[in-house]
Amino acid sequence: MNLWLILAGNSIAFGGLLFLLSAGFSLIFGLMRIPNLTHGSLFMLGAYFAVSLISWGLGFWPAAILAGLGVAAFGGLVERLLLRRLPGAELAQVLVTLGLSFMIADICLLGWGGDPISIATPSELRGASRIAGFAFPTYRLGLIVIAIVVAATLWGLVDKTRLGAMIRAGVDDPAIARVVGIRVSRLFTIVFSLGAGLAGFAGVIGGPILSVYPGLDQDMLPLALVVVILGGSGSLVGSFIGSFVVGFLYNFGQAMFPELAYVVLFLPMLVILVLRPQGLFGRVAA
Amino acid sequence: MRRLTLALALAALAMLPLWVGNSYYVNIASQILLYAIFALALNVLVGYAGLVSLGHAGLFGIAAYAGALAINNGATHLVAIVAALAATLVAAAAFAVLALRGTGLGFVMITVAIGQIVWGVAYRWISITNGDNGVAINTRPSPFGLSLTSTPNFYWATLIVFLVAVTAIAIVAASPFGASLRGTRDQPRRMTALGYHIWLIRFLAFLFSGLWSGVAGMLFLYYNQFISPQAVALGASAEALLMVISGGSGTLLGPIVGAALVVIMKNVVSAYIVRWNFVLGAIFVAIVIFMPEGIVPGSVRLARWCLAKLRPQVTEVTGAATPRPESGL
Amino acid sequence: MNALELRGLEKAFGGLRVTADVSLAVDPGERRLIIGPNGAGKTTLFNLITGELPADVGSIRLFEHDITRVPSRRRAHLGLARTYQIVTLFPGETLLRNVTLSLLGLSRLRWNPLVRLDRQSALLAAARQTLSLVGLDHLAERPLAQTAYGERRRVEIAMALAQNPKVLLLDEPFAGLSSDERRDVQLLLAAIPREVTIVMIEHDMDVALDFAERITVLHFGKVEVEGTRSEVVAHPRTREIYLGE
Repeated sequence: MNLWLILAGNSIAFGGLLFLLSAGFSLIFGLMRIPNLTHGSLFMLGAYFAVSLISWGLGFWPAAILAGLGVAAFGGLVERLLLRRLPGAELAQVLVTLGLSFMIADICLLGWGGDPISIATPSELRGASRIAGFAFPTYRLGLIVIAIVVAATLWGLVDKTRLGAMIRAGVDDPAIARVVGIRVSRLFTIVFSLGAGLAGFAGVIGGPILSVYPGLDQDMLPLALVVVILGGSGSLVGSFIGSFVVGFLYNFGQAMFPELAYVVLFLPMLVILVLRPQGLFGRVAA
Repeated sequence: MRRLTLALALAALAMLPLWVGNSYYVNIASQILLYAIFALALNVLVGYAGLVSLGHAGLFGIAAYAGALAINNGATHLVAIVAALAATLVAAAAFAVLALRGTGLGFVMITVAIGQIVWGVAYRWISITNGDNGVAINTRPSPFGLSLTSTPNFYWATLIVFLVAVTAIAIVAASPFGASLRGTRDQPRRMTALGYHIWLIRFLAFLFSGLWSGVAGMLFLYYNQFISPQAVALGASAEALLMVISGGSGTLLGPIVGAALVVIMKNVVSAYIVRWNFVLGAIFVAIVIFMPEGIVPGSVRLARWCLAKLRPQVTEVTGAATPRPESGL
Repeated sequence: MNALELRGLEKAFGGLRVTADVSLAVDPGERRLIIGPNGAGKTTLFNLITGELPADVGSIRLFEHDITRVPSRRRAHLGLARTYQIVTLFPGETLLRNVTLSLLGLSRLRWNPLVRLDRQSALLAAARQTLSLVGLDHLAERPLAQTAYGERRRVEIAMALAQNPKVLLLDEPFAGLSSDERRDVQLLLAAIPREVTIVMIEHDMDVALDFAERITVLHFGKVEVEGTRSEVVAHPRTREIYLGE
């Protein structure tokens, strides 16, 4: 019984982390129709940035934010210099992001070496807390809180602000959005940076749990893909729910069917893609 | 003229182990040939059908794993090869039925999902696949009594298989079926109105592509005498795609050039330039942005441009122009 | 028996009814013109007839066949052919190869992966023949990309004619043509034998009225007026539709 509760708790925590990772992916894919295959690398890059920042004396939280900003800036550059050159060529954009992920992975290997590096849990969240009589790592609780806060902030941004309205317009109909005066290309840069920054931030936040290691990008990217496909692209609510569903699938899958862990993860994704061929990756019909 | 070039190339290839002394380089050549088969197979879908698969390493790997498991369970090489190719065809049929539910990006994502499932099974179903430790075999076949254990012999066997593969794919490309396939890539809507069965055409193309991917997979198994989940990972599918698009999809020479490029980078260059993965990714990015049609067509275009600049003046051509040979080099 | 008969055809996208209870019957050999303001649902009607779009309600008959449930790809085999409003040809190929592809669509040969397409002399000869029908056989080896727009519009028609259709649907065949080119197409269409029933959508009234024997006027997806050319031209409703209500 204890085991299931712990698994459930870990699933929720992991779900929170996945939301931080996939919210950005969902925004980018929803607005720009690019499945950003660099997303896992950006997650990893953020974590590595933080490793360096922390080693230079910065605290965990400042490092997390700074790393996120750094990755956001990098994302902006990528969008402006590379993706901007391939407007509307979705396949080409996918391939460019794929190539970039190779490049980033190698740079990280060069910069930080091949050994896993752990990020220390911030001191204020060390240890365990008692929740309903069970001891649960405080950091993971903190992670859930962070995920909820970020979710609320993003939702507020998309729903309540002018930027959010422009994003929603751009998602619905980029052509008309341009006609109405929305600078869609600048919007793309902003959204891509935002998505990238979120991924980088998520990488740092995930650090104490996952550590950082070469291959982290390849581990996280498919998870982001599954979340967005299950939850629907461009939908933050969908990403939120999808993240927790995947968190549960992943953890319980690993525990109950260790031999089919990845099948348990990717099968739902496959089922949805196959049953709703138009819906998730095609433009929704008028 | 073209026949002469082909004959010379063939002769050079056949004599390769003789004029390249170092067995390391002959092995590289074997690798180039087997990956060229894989790239050509993938190109049937990417180039001729216009369907981009990012999960093709799954078919490659299923053949290799099936072959390895068969051999380690006592099958003869012939039986193992037949079993592996049969398994690959069944898998390709399943992949096709699933992936063809989507179009464009949807197709790509479904192939990613399938590829990941295959990788997940290879990585985790340890009781069958031995997980990360992979499966090793300790013999290479000896067709007609000629042992393929030696480097030159393996090279020649691979060369023969490669030539069969290229010929088969070239024949299909030049056939009415090949023309139908390319038609579905260019104007699927019109093709349906003209009476073609788009789904079935694509399905058959997928099977054909799967078959040769499986052949390449078996060659890979025999070359390394080992198969591991790494060969089935997303990176492996990406590399295969890179071979196709860097060389130029929709031609026969393109994937071969692309395979050579990637294999050489992977093996030879990495000895001198430490971060080959980075270089590979950079080439990928550069090609997609600057030479999206690939190196072969891009170079042809560049060569034509240079020649045009060199000629005194070009009179307006109003007569027949040579059509771009779709099925040729 | 009618060459083409539509009964009670309906099609809606969400709340938008693009085809509203359309019924029409075309006699064998007839030259029918379908007109209507933009958005009247003319091309949609063609898409319903060819099966590219499934009808919500209603039936379609092609001579003796009820093709309402027949998949789009089979309708070509039953004698239905169409051209497209926007030139929908194979850009990387020669004119000859374009038309050959059209011929291949109805031939068992299209499944053959072994023979060389370039050596199918009977097929290629028939393709050349079709190109000469539209006056383009001298450009047979020309890549499509190196042809003029007017020539491409004629290839569009050749693609459809190649299949020896019983019913030919022409979607704005005169769109964007110069007056010389229009004349060429007019002559071409006039030369099509009576074995082929033609239904044409057109905006260009001068040429279209010349061609039409009977006219159907569509507006907001409904058949508003139908009759012979003179009847429709004189009808007050026609004026209303075109000059606004």
